[in-house]
Amino acid sequence: MERMQQIVGQARAAFNSGRCRSLEFRMQQLKALEQMVQEKEKEILAAIRVDLHKCGPSAYSHEILGVLKELALAMDKLPSWAAPQPVKRDLLTMRDEAYVCPEPLGVVLIIGAWNYPFVLVMQPLIGAIAAGNAVVVKPSEICENTAQLVSDLLPQYLDQELYPVVTGGVPETTELLKQRFDHILYTGNSTVGKIVMAAAAKHLTPVTLELGGKSPCYIDKDCDLDVACRRITWGKYMNCGQTCIAPDYILCDPSIQSKVVENIKVTLQEFYGEDVKSSPDYERIVNKRHFKRILGLLDGQKIAHGGEADEASCFIAPTILTDVSPESKVMEEEIFGPVLPILTVKNVDEAIEFINRREKPLALYVFSNNKKLIKRVISETFSGGVTGNDVIMHFFLSTLPFGGVGNSGIGAYHGKHSFETFSHRRACLIRDLKMEVMHKLRYPPGSQKKVDW
Amino acid sequence: NPYAGLVNHLRAAWLSGKTRPIEYRVAQLEALGRFLDEKKQDILEATASDMGKPSFEAYFTEILLCKNEINGTLNNLSHWMKDEHVDKNLVTQLDSAFIRKDPYGVVLIIAPWNYPIHLFLVPLIGAIAAGNCVVFKPSETTKNTERLVAEMLTCYLDNDCFAVVTAGVQETTRLLENKFDYIFYTGTTSVGKIVMAAAAKHLTPVTLELGGKNPCYVSDTCDVQNVARRVAWGRFFNAGQTCIAPDYVLCSVEMQEKLMPALREAITEFFGSNPQESPDFGRIVGDKQFRRIRALLCSGRVAIGGQTDEKERYIAPTVLADVLPSDPAMQEEIFGPILPIVVVANMDEAIDFINARPRPLAIYAFSCDSKVVNQVLERTSSGGFCGNDTLMHVTLTSLPFGGIGNSGLGKYHGRFTFDTFTHHRGCLHRNMGLEALNALRYPPYSQQKLGLLTATFEIKRKGMCTLL
Repeated sequence: MERMQQIVGQARAAFNSGRCRSLEFRMQQLKALEQMVQEKEKEILAAIRVDLHKCGPSAYSHEILGVLKELALAMDKLPSWAAPQPVKRDLLTMRDEAYVCPEPLGVVLIIGAWNYPFVLVMQPLIGAIAAGNAVVVKPSEICENTAQLVSDLLPQYLDQELYPVVTGGVPETTELLKQRFDHILYTGNSTVGKIVMAAAAKHLTPVTLELGGKSPCYIDKDCDLDVACRRITWGKYMNCGQTCIAPDYILCDPSIQSKVVENIKVTLQEFYGEDVKSSPDYERIVNKRHFKRILGLLDGQKIAHGGEADEASCFIAPTILTDVSPESKVMEEEIFGPVLPILTVKNVDEAIEFINRREKPLALYVFSNNKKLIKRVISETFSGGVTGNDVIMHFFLSTLPFGGVGNSGIGAYHGKHSFETFSHRRACLIRDLKMEVMHKLRYPPGSQKKVDW
Repeated sequence: NPYAGLVNHLRAAWLSGKTRPIEYRVAQLEALGRFLDEKKQDILEATASDMGKPSFEAYFTEILLCKNEINGTLNNLSHWMKDEHVDKNLVTQLDSAFIRKDPYGVVLIIAPWNYPIHLFLVPLIGAIAAGNCVVFKPSETTKNTERLVAEMLTCYLDNDCFAVVTAGVQETTRLLENKFDYIFYTGTTSVGKIVMAAAAKHLTPVTLELGGKNPCYVSDTCDVQNVARRVAWGRFFNAGQTCIAPDYVLCSVEMQEKLMPALREAITEFFGSNPQESPDFGRIVGDKQFRRIRALLCSGRVAIGGQTDEKERYIAPTVLADVLPSDPAMQEEIFGPILPIVVVANMDEAIDFINARPRPLAIYAFSCDSKVVNQVLERTSSGGFCGNDTLMHVTLTSLPFGGIGNSGLGKYHGRFTFDTFTHHRGCLHRNMGLEALNALRYPPYSQQKLGLLTATFEIKRKGMCTLL
């Protein structure tokens, strides 16, 4: 407890010193982060490989590329993001200066997740630094190597007092959450999300919660099934299904179910070859606990493809389930694994109704050649975000806010949205001490004449 | 759960999609406008009866400002509702990328008593404009206004989608057990924590408009009479019961000396020689609050005012001089017509004083020297800031209104209210064709593919050459 108090206290003192306010300082820290990612690329990829059995190119494109992109954007845009924004004035304030001034919040806490252990601490960190805050970083303990690496590297490149890394599991995180922060960004599951928000409530700390859910994927009869299935296969099985915005389950007409299965099988072979287990591009489940959990979801299900598993290496083959019942276990929780249930629905109305009966998901996918149908599905459902005719891709466009709604989360980030999440937009009105005559109207004594005017 | 039925009823109406079309929202907002026009007299009478609110003040804050919000919203609603198209990157050039403005669902608004119509109506306007169903709870402390809202306002709105709940503390606690899709609370910091804790159980996003002690720094170089008028106006409006009222003044001992006669003059100008007889000076809302504020009078020394009348819940416009940080008036938000002056040596000391305390809803700084005003602005943190005046920054609806830290989270007014009650949903609508371009992202992975992928994804710093 004392240790956490000390770390946070030190970060707060460092923040109060004012040194992270200047744009030059923030740019310098962002440049140092960029340097770190470039110089230590090998080490970062190696840590991720050990933690998640993820190969170089895959880890690079999932975890490094996005971070470098975000750093370049922040460094490019920081002056314009941080500049005061004048606002439209009214008759009373015509002669005044009125603007919104983005200011740092103070000391923010970033709690990362294990599935993309590097990018999910780095991307928020970039926004928090850009906004001028001190940041306490807590990477996920489940990816031990990446957590340790982050803990070793950040102090080598960044201001040590302003951006401390705290490692540890549940007990350490609980202690950390007792401290007062000025914003908390948490990526993880809804259950812990509630705990984080409850802890934040004690200090009235605003939160951004990037949670999860079952992201539905509706495939219309009228669509290019080859293309649709290839895209879905990519998004579903990347990182062995351990992606918060992976298409969790498919909804489609019974008449196309077998074609969907066929197409996915063909694509899987294209991607991973005959023997998936020996493909360097196919990852593993992060640990035994999740391995057992996911395998348990297969009980009593019709396995159309896959199902093979090897506990020793936490390997679960890309699996497809057909004719899944909405009441089955695999439809209760977010799968977060390489198991793709297909449920049949008679038409788009049924699909929309099905989706709306459940908690609001983080992402929603719909495939169709019919633009009107896509528009309709989007407008009659709710989700954090949407990609039509593809999966995952809305995540990569940083001009779109990335976040959930309802059970899938609160708030959003990426690009400028990160900067805004970690900033306070302070309203400023600067008036003149003269021109008192203008003000007399509002002073008592009141009179009907004044009111009428 | 006594409110389950009500919430379920609203949720069913929500699921029917009734509140989504713009015509529906416009009709409800226009009805709210008619309520303000047709029930103007009733509103002025109710607020006068509840807390002696001067009709000039009541008209300005409870009617005029609210009508402005309705009209501003009606004028801009179709623009606010539109999908917002965003800049695309290389990979998404041929796609449609936009932010959709989705309502949250069934939202809850809890309002306080000090501006009993305004503080639920302005959030309500935004919530309706954004397409939500709304449960709103006016304050139980201002009984006549509460009754007016419960009995009359309901005749103007669609009762399937908008419901008034009259509730005290116990019932509000039960109300908060229900799942809402957004909660908007205006009130105290301590209850704000309770509301957020209840919201956390359902992962409900919140906006909390709370309070604090709003400091008012007066530098030595200023037009004393104008300062006195503006500070007195802000402090004594609504008998001090305003979340953004200047709570205390920080100035040098010389300025305190100069301010005193100026404040005395301003108070006399506003309320006459006996403010108790002025129709323009309000009363404290209840006996409990009256006693609480009266107890703060033993701070420093009473330089102006200090008279009280318990029967009327009248506390005279009062200025306390030489107040110490340890005095009772400096321990809590005053929320009454008492203005303590705390002497500081200079601007730096004033800034340190402010920064040693929880961040307030508003900070005020008065000086003829704009550098001084800017220094105070830059070296402090608060919800909002107004230089050389008090309260006025919240009348400009293009400025977001909200707190930071203990003074709150979130913001509203104007478009910000609409945005508060809207989920900004990122949407990417892609092309089914051009599949060849996607090949770069599919396994099997290779360094070559990666090189090409990097080139298409990368953003290069301006001034550096690009490979492509």
